Amino acid sequence: MYRYDEFDARFVNERVAQFRRQVGRRLAGELTEDQFRPLRLMNGLYLQLHAYMLRINVPYGTLASKQMRKFAYLARNYDKNFGHFTTRQNLQFNWIKLEQVPDILQHLADVEVTGIQSSGNCVRNITADQYAGRAKDELEDPRVYCELLRQYSFLHPEFSYLPRKFKIAVTGSPNDRAAVAVHDIGLRMHKNEQGQVGFEVLVGGGLGRTPYIGQTIRKWLAPEHLLSYVESILRVYNMNGRRDNIHKARIKIIVNQMGIDKYRELVDKDWEFTKNGVLKVPDEEVARINSYFAPPEYETLADQTEALAKIRSGDRAFDRWMRGNVIEHKVPGYAIVNLSLKAPGKTPGDITADKMDAVADLADRYSLGEIRVTHRQNLVLVDVKQSELYELWHKLVALELATPNLGLLTDIICCPGLDFCALANARSIPIAQDISHAFTDLDELQKIGQFTINISGCMNACGHHHVGHIGILGVDKRGEEFFQLTLGGSSDQNASLGDRLGPGLPQAEVPAAIRKIVDAYLVVRQPNERFLDTYRRVGIEPFKSAVYGEESKAA
Amino acid sequence: MPQMIIANRLRDGAVVFLAPNEAWEPAIAAGAVIETDADATRLMDVAKRHEGTCQVIDPQLIEVEVKDGQLRPTAIREAIRAFGPTVRTDLTEVDRK
Amino acid sequence: MALVKNGELVASEFVDASGAEAIPAAGAVIVSFDQWKAHRDELLKRGTPLGIRLHSDQAPELIEGDLAHFAVVALEFPKFRDGRAYSYARLLRERYGFKGELRAVGEVLLEQLFFMLRTGFDTFDIQSADPLKDWRTAVADFSVWYQPTADGRPTAMQLRRGKH
Repeated sequence: MYRYDEFDARFVNERVAQFRRQVGRRLAGELTEDQFRPLRLMNGLYLQLHAYMLRINVPYGTLASKQMRKFAYLARNYDKNFGHFTTRQNLQFNWIKLEQVPDILQHLADVEVTGIQSSGNCVRNITADQYAGRAKDELEDPRVYCELLRQYSFLHPEFSYLPRKFKIAVTGSPNDRAAVAVHDIGLRMHKNEQGQVGFEVLVGGGLGRTPYIGQTIRKWLAPEHLLSYVESILRVYNMNGRRDNIHKARIKIIVNQMGIDKYRELVDKDWEFTKNGVLKVPDEEVARINSYFAPPEYETLADQTEALAKIRSGDRAFDRWMRGNVIEHKVPGYAIVNLSLKAPGKTPGDITADKMDAVADLADRYSLGEIRVTHRQNLVLVDVKQSELYELWHKLVALELATPNLGLLTDIICCPGLDFCALANARSIPIAQDISHAFTDLDELQKIGQFTINISGCMNACGHHHVGHIGILGVDKRGEEFFQLTLGGSSDQNASLGDRLGPGLPQAEVPAAIRKIVDAYLVVRQPNERFLDTYRRVGIEPFKSAVYGEESKAA
Repeated sequence: MPQMIIANRLRDGAVVFLAPNEAWEPAIAAGAVIETDADATRLMDVAKRHEGTCQVIDPQLIEVEVKDGQLRPTAIREAIRAFGPTVRTDLTEVDRK
Repeated sequence: MALVKNGELVASEFVDASGAEAIPAAGAVIVSFDQWKAHRDELLKRGTPLGIRLHSDQAPELIEGDLAHFAVVALEFPKFRDGRAYSYARLLRERYGFKGELRAVGEVLLEQLFFMLRTGFDTFDIQSADPLKDWRTAVADFSVWYQPTADGRPTAMQLRRGKH
């Protein structure tokens, strides 16, 4: 993975010193809260319900074991012994003290981690496919481009005060695991007719109050033009994005207001001046960064599928886990292992300090020291030898990290919600816990099949509810928490926004509603048809009736 | 409906309540219960002054009630601020009461 | 009004008439875009240095053809978080080749100064009790930058190349 050189290191240390100065000025009253807020946000510091919350970047979801150990150290010494992984592959701590933040940031800088621009009206963490560099279905490892974009975007003087936040996601595989279609810029790697690898560029996707699927601004972009083209998109946004209303300030609003063709015209006009200038990415810089993402020295191993099949036939639990959580690796003899942070009753994405250390140790022992974070709030060990899977699995079971529910009904995305977040209308975590308690039968989960439930505690949609097969949105109805369901959303390469099922339900009725939807699905599904496809085939009516009864027909 | 003033302390973000002696206390039981509009105005002025001197951020008047012998905010959001998250009750330490 | 330019406090030779009813009859003057449109000929006949002050919703493309007439272009930051003028500054310097004084006005504060400097501003109307101290603090913050702008500072990429 990428390692800071002396310039990167100097940069982050200077940034920490700058923020230390800014905190000092705030505490001394030289900065008002209004003046300080963007500065602290650009270092990842929010003020939430209980205390400050610090959001730490995990660039493109890649972590080294020593960085995970640092997270554990910080959780123990500066927080309450746990952290929370988010839908943007970031980590959050919830009980941070402002006066300690400069020290925390220095600890992070020491292991090449930052909170820089994890919030604020600037370019946020660049997220990517969690299997980057390892998946069989990938064209090329996209992370070199993520790293180029990360460096390019850090403290960009022109784009640090955009109308609103700006999120970029990248996929190197046609199977989009990075939700690029619902980002401000989505980059989809593919080959043009000449067989050259480049990017389809999507713009104006996003969730929140007004969700949109991104539109194609450019079918194929040569990688050497990545930075100059992104700069033009950002410049047109910076100059034209709305600044009168924060709910109408994202790029998706102006792209849809003026139309993609007009936006493209403005971008291309600007790009004419810069495409062959200093932002053209030199091959040597790509090569330099790529050397950090070079595949490790794999051993030459035989494929172990047969040997594993023998173990699986004798161990039902191991078989279940293999079926769901273990993915095929590019290299024979190796496997990609998903660690579920979705054990029944747990808060999705949460992990204790002790388990962080344990995962770091497992990464060192079994997976060449690297850990990935997924936007579905799970972790991945991407280089595990097949011959060690059984041994690893036992250890994961002991740590409660082996729930075999990856991609299944209880692999729920859930935002922190009203228990933690100042923006929320309702508590999301209890809903996730209730659902996970209602569906503990592992065979049933596998029978139900591929299913995403995404829960957001408010319209800001940090839980990505619009793009869940089932989306759950917490709303405030006269001081009570109610939950609106949507069906049929998807964040992959055939992205779609969910359809509203009906009026909001009280908390107690949500797990039963999920059960009714699942039962209705099982009745009408065709063999091997996942819920999303059944929904797209039969429409919303069967599910509406199931949940709301016959009265809904009149509505 | 009785009220109280809630804020976050600047230096550590902790949830605090304005007490009768104009100090800021983490325990809601120590907060000044406000019964009149005049007191509400007077104490909010104090709170805003403290915001200006960098003690607290964003002081707000919230409604409180006594339920089961315990002083608590009526709104669920403020109750969560006062008593901690409903999902990690192991984190409700003495100083969060 | 004291401005910071080249690391020093300087007085402004220009009268900023952009918010005024009437433009002074003589002397170096900064006008608004509306005043420029209405009085262009007389202003050009003055023979005094001219400046123009643009609002944050007035892109510099509006004055691209007239830049040769301006010794000063002042760009407003009505709120420090309105970041449009950073793009305008870069366009003026890097696209339109403006070589005169590029002045940051409005809510110009310490913590944003270095971004302004990097995007092409060279003169700053800093809202502070000690503008020079704020300036010196701001410019000392960073010695490494990632992005190329016209300020001539070597980027990290360029520094790396220099090493090999």
